[in-house]
Amino acid sequence: MHELSIALSMIEMASEEAQRLGAERVNAIHLKVGALSGVVKDALLFSYEVASKGTLLEDSLLTIEETPVVIYCAACGLEKELPSLQRFCCPDCGELAARVVRGRELELVSMEIEESPADYEGAESPSVREEVGKAEEAAT
Amino acid sequence: MSTPRLVEVRQNILKQNDVLARTLRQRFAEAGVCVISLVSSPGAGKTTLLEKTLTNLRRDGVRVAALVGDLATENDAARLARSEAPVKQIVTGTVCHLDAEMVERSLSDWNLNDLDYLFIENVGNLVCPSSYDLGENLRAVLMSVTEGEDKPLKYPTIFNTADVALITKIDLATAVEFDLTAAYNSIQSVRPGMEVMEVSAKTGEGIDEFMQFLESRVQIGVAARP
Repeated sequence: MHELSIALSMIEMASEEAQRLGAERVNAIHLKVGALSGVVKDALLFSYEVASKGTLLEDSLLTIEETPVVIYCAACGLEKELPSLQRFCCPDCGELAARVVRGRELELVSMEIEESPADYEGAESPSVREEVGKAEEAAT
Repeated sequence: MSTPRLVEVRQNILKQNDVLARTLRQRFAEAGVCVISLVSSPGAGKTTLLEKTLTNLRRDGVRVAALVGDLATENDAARLARSEAPVKQIVTGTVCHLDAEMVERSLSDWNLNDLDYLFIENVGNLVCPSSYDLGENLRAVLMSVTEGEDKPLKYPTIFNTADVALITKIDLATAVEFDLTAAYNSIQSVRPGMEVMEVSAKTGEGIDEFMQFLESRVQIGVAARP
């Protein structure tokens, strides 16, 4: 079970972001977990509760959106959702599909933070979101 | 009074690991070393295969080294050291997988320029290692004939992230009535087009082919992994 390691990475990332934004606490965080990410939802929920104790995220809500694997079918020339991880082939024409387009993601999508009114005005400027986007771009 | 607010983050949770893995891959490329990781369930024969491979490669004058991960004990490193190749054990304690940081730390006092191949034996586990990029050029997944033909269907994620599958202990196939066709079908079903090799570290069957496969991957350029 590596979900505890994942939960710790996630809490560290969210805490840093919350501190950067001057948040007093985090009420909720929202994740996207692909079917091929190797992460089990229930194990992650359990680990999160334990690992968030004593952090800005303690008692916060973790929501997980599970996303399907999307493959590219060369025969159809289209992206298709894979109904089963046991068969990597096009659900419509049956062609073997080696190319995975999506499904490995493990992403911290957004979070709900609480901040003091004094910080609010500054943090509300659109540059915050842009900065996050730029930082992510630079890292990838 | 505080005000709640929703902020967008959109960051990969394993970003730190992935960024480090990319740095490692770059270092490996600059040093001209091909890095192969081995993943399997416990007891599939990673260490035995690796001992045989290290010994044979060294015999042929190829410069090899290995990192080996385990929850506890340094037994595997001791076994691999019999090949006389440089070997380092990574004892993970309670952690069920290797990550890029553990690999980087273990490499600190090795000169990568002195190596042609570096093998990284992961902790025996078919679940957790699939999430962590180690900067390797090639991920080999092993399944032994004693485990059952449907292993890939039970652990599709790790098989889908691998580049080559090795069916190990092939010398026992007849004794355990292993259905090779069913095994190939399982592998192709979760990872269409993946190369499959049959090996026995005990009899040596398939080891030369495995070494030729590695050689061919070096020649066509090892930076195939994203």
